[in-house]
Amino acid sequence: MSGEKDLEQLKKEAVAKAKAAAAAKRAAKAAGEAPSKPAEPAKDEAPASAASETPVEKTVPPTEAPATAPANDTDDLAKKKAAAVAKAKAAAAAKRKAMELAGATAPSESSPAEETVGAGANEAPAASSDADDLAKKKAAAVAKAKAAAAAKRKAMELGGTPEAAGDDAPSGDDAKAKAAAAAKAKAVAAAKAKAAAAAKAKAAGMADADAAAGGDDEKAKAIAAAKAKAKAAAAAKAKAAAGGKAETAAPAAEEKPSVNQPFLDKYLKVIEENMGSDVLEDSYINKLSKDVPTLVAKRETYFKLAQFLKYNELLGFDYLSELHGSDFETHMEIYVHLFSYKNRQSVALKVKIDRDEPIIESLQPLWAGAEWPECEAYDLLGIKFTGHPDLRRILLGEDWVGYPLRKDYEPYDVEV
Amino acid sequence: MIEELLQSSPSWANFGIFFLLGAVLLLIVLGFVTYGILAERKVMGYMQLRHGPNQVGGKWGLLQTVADVLKLLLKEDIIPKAADKPLFIIAPVIAFAPSFMVLATMPFTDQFQFADIGVGLLYYIAVSGLTTFGMLLGGWASNNKYALLGGMRASAQMISYEIPLVMSVLGVILLSGSLNLNEIVAAQKNGWFILLQPIGFIVFFIASIAELNRTPFDLPESENELVAGYHVEYSGFRWAFFMLAEYVYLFAMSALITVIFLGGWLAPIGFLSFIPGAVWFSLKFSVVVFVYIWLRSTFPRFRVDKLMEFGWKVLLPIALGNIFLTALIKSLFF
Amino acid sequence: MIRTEEMILNVGPQHPSTHGVFRLVVKIDGEIIVEATPVIGYLHRGTEKIAENLQYTQIIPYTDRMDYLSSMTNNYVLCHAVETMMGIEVPERADFLRVIAMELNRIASHLVAWGTYILDLGATSPFIYAFRDREMIINMLNELTGARLTFNYMRVGGVKWDAPEGWIEKVRDFVPYMRGQLAGFHDLVSGNEIFLDRVKGVGKYTKEEAIQYSLSGPNLRSTGVKWDLRKDEPYSIYDRFDFDVPTSEDGDCLARYHLRLAEIAESLKILEQAVEQFPAEGAILAKVPKIIKAPKGEAFVRIESPRGEIGCYIASDGKKEPYRLKFRRPSFYNLQILPKLLKGENIANMIAILGAVDIVLGEVDG
Repeated sequence: MSGEKDLEQLKKEAVAKAKAAAAAKRAAKAAGEAPSKPAEPAKDEAPASAASETPVEKTVPPTEAPATAPANDTDDLAKKKAAAVAKAKAAAAAKRKAMELAGATAPSESSPAEETVGAGANEAPAASSDADDLAKKKAAAVAKAKAAAAAKRKAMELGGTPEAAGDDAPSGDDAKAKAAAAAKAKAVAAAKAKAAAAAKAKAAGMADADAAAGGDDEKAKAIAAAKAKAKAAAAAKAKAAAGGKAETAAPAAEEKPSVNQPFLDKYLKVIEENMGSDVLEDSYINKLSKDVPTLVAKRETYFKLAQFLKYNELLGFDYLSELHGSDFETHMEIYVHLFSYKNRQSVALKVKIDRDEPIIESLQPLWAGAEWPECEAYDLLGIKFTGHPDLRRILLGEDWVGYPLRKDYEPYDVEV
Repeated sequence: MIEELLQSSPSWANFGIFFLLGAVLLLIVLGFVTYGILAERKVMGYMQLRHGPNQVGGKWGLLQTVADVLKLLLKEDIIPKAADKPLFIIAPVIAFAPSFMVLATMPFTDQFQFADIGVGLLYYIAVSGLTTFGMLLGGWASNNKYALLGGMRASAQMISYEIPLVMSVLGVILLSGSLNLNEIVAAQKNGWFILLQPIGFIVFFIASIAELNRTPFDLPESENELVAGYHVEYSGFRWAFFMLAEYVYLFAMSALITVIFLGGWLAPIGFLSFIPGAVWFSLKFSVVVFVYIWLRSTFPRFRVDKLMEFGWKVLLPIALGNIFLTALIKSLFF
Repeated sequence: MIRTEEMILNVGPQHPSTHGVFRLVVKIDGEIIVEATPVIGYLHRGTEKIAENLQYTQIIPYTDRMDYLSSMTNNYVLCHAVETMMGIEVPERADFLRVIAMELNRIASHLVAWGTYILDLGATSPFIYAFRDREMIINMLNELTGARLTFNYMRVGGVKWDAPEGWIEKVRDFVPYMRGQLAGFHDLVSGNEIFLDRVKGVGKYTKEEAIQYSLSGPNLRSTGVKWDLRKDEPYSIYDRFDFDVPTSEDGDCLARYHLRLAEIAESLKILEQAVEQFPAEGAILAKVPKIIKAPKGEAFVRIESPRGEIGCYIASDGKKEPYRLKFRRPSFYNLQILPKLLKGENIANMIAILGAVDIVLGEVDG
């Protein structure tokens, strides 16, 4: 997997640089002492951080030694810096993930920029803090709380509307859970965000420092902030400036309400007025999908809701653009994309159904164009639609065994 | 020459001579068919911005049809299992035979004619109607729904267009006063009937395309709808017979149009009569065939109910009107 | 006493006029269709399942083969979906190349639709003329992408190949030529009585029915709904071009026929403007990571293909393969109205109606 290779390559580079640094130190300490001893601690850092994933290679490019030598004055300082950066980086990675989930894409944009800018000097500390899984795990819990708190704080700082805070609160909650998962997640994602995260660590450190100055009491944050500040002092100021800008831009993008938010509100209001309040399981703006308002119906209210969406004068979703099913392993889901020619607005309707007995009402009585898509969903996923006039396996034929699009599908004639 | 032979007493020698002459005509007709098919492919090709056959037999593809017929003869003779075998085998014969039989009364030149009977035109129209039966039989005997549909369509179409065909020719008969094809040609000395009977000519021409099952009236064998219609189950030589029937019929119909409307072997202007009649006949005949091919590559196909409508509601009334008009003019001015 | 019987006729899967491996089981009473049941799935290749194991760039050649007559729009819908999810901005020159490629493809697809439609009705010559002009487009796209039919041209973030030297001039010269040809097509066919007899008033449906049956593209616009995703939900740089959306009120096959030819004219307008505004230089691919990973979440985008609305739904869990990929294929939805349209028609009209829907089986089955 090339992702891992990138990671490996960078790790090797990092190992090499650490080795070079160690060699330089050795050279500085003059010959006589066993070179392996100081080399070991330096070596330990890198392999420890690289865990068992990279083979330790002994290439020592001398050209890189002078480059990294100034960055590593003493072992201690390097170690401290590494630890601090690791913590801050993990925090920033979690925060970045949180912001990503909320839909802002600014961090990913700023990260390549920062990546290119900060590539040079970042390598050593980035490498040493890289894939510091243990440290990350430890910092994850801290990072979670920090990220959520930071998000909330920024919301309040920018005087965001309660709506935005409401948006962020659920997204923050989601972010927490997801941040935990993400923090524990694959090194691949970590590798990608590695350099970016390192730069972001500086920026985060800066912002945290600012916020900490605002009076927040979390100790870990303060420590990280202090350490990050010390680190940042050595790094280029331009990076920090860019990071700061991205930092403010990212929350700004996160906070700005979507263009379609009024539409979603209107739908929710109309639905609540006419059908009661216990109809939807969830509703949100899907920022990844051109801000389409998405309604997640409850299993029992799916058909009534669809009916309502079609026949209500204010909503009038007369056109069914898409209907399909997906297998999400824990449940199946039907996604319906509706469109109103009158209002020229789309809405997405989803419903989760039980995976073992996937039965749901058919929308064919409402939209005749749902007939074949439902047959297709039945054919490929096994979702049964009650009330469908002619549910048959249109694509595969009636003698096909199994439902191919399911994640656990085994072809019947596996020996072919 | 043939007249004397016809009057003479029957004997084996006479029979032999007749047989030989018949064979010669058949060969001539087959020669026409060969090069008629090639001409169609070349002309249609050029109208569609492509060359048509130009590989077999030199630049003009002269041996293309020969190669095709040879291929057809060498093909495996497949008869569907559930087909009605005797009918299946005899259907192409019934389709082909009348198309050749009608040539018996056709005057190609004033010397070259097989049978100069008093009712030549009637004979032609009557016998040519028998081809329909062959198509119907082929469609039925194939035991194939598409073929059946094609056969049904064919019979419906042929019957519907026989009537305007005959009606439109009545004007010619009125003007020439006889059903004898020689006398019809003779009556065109002063002016071809195409000039005297323009409406009749147009109706006849359109009805003849329907009789020939050619585009735009080729529903019975519409490839795009019925996958070749009534001859879908025929392959190899049997199919060649159907095709042969179609092209011989084309020959016969073009000859008839030349005789009835274009003055047969007569020169258009008196002083050009030093050019032999055969040449004139061939020229006029070629023009007619060319127009048939031209129409084929230009028009889409009629839908079956529109075709019936057209035949009964448009062509027939016009043909009847033409008869009245001709009768009026003849009684007033001639 | 004459007894008549209803006959069950199988049209296809091998048939000259069904535009692919499509089977229509019709129950006929003489020449009138009593019931028609389409049977599809002969070309189902499991694209969506395959896509779950492939990276996004690897899926692009598969999209080519769905609606093989207009591969560019298929490519684009997938790339657009991924770009929407990732928030990638496509460089301007790439966008122009995309629009030019898509519009050329649209013209080529409509030419095939026109030529084969007339061929189904019995006239063989317009088919050749249509394909001769299509050949010019295919040659141009061949120069650009290296392929004649399945281009595999778009990538997430831009396009793969830049326009070669002199290519834009070729496109520019093609526009007036095609306009002349279009006038010729109208002269040849559009006024022909026989043709008009066969398509006028055939296969009529109303605006409400069209919306109910989820029709899109010329099938929808022929009933009077002025809706074209290029104009009403603009994507790429279509908002920079000035073009019209032809509609018709009749809702029959003749209306759809005229709409397709009118859409060729509109595409020529867009091409003209695109060639004029074409940036002299620029990147053709945005800076995207080597391995494309869509962020976690889902997205559904739709664009206007020659056949209607093509959409792409991606459910991603952050990996480099999509978790679920679904294409909203216009021909699949457009074909649903066929049984209703065919009831009571005769067989010749069946061919005319099927041709006017303009399906591509690769898309119907997917």
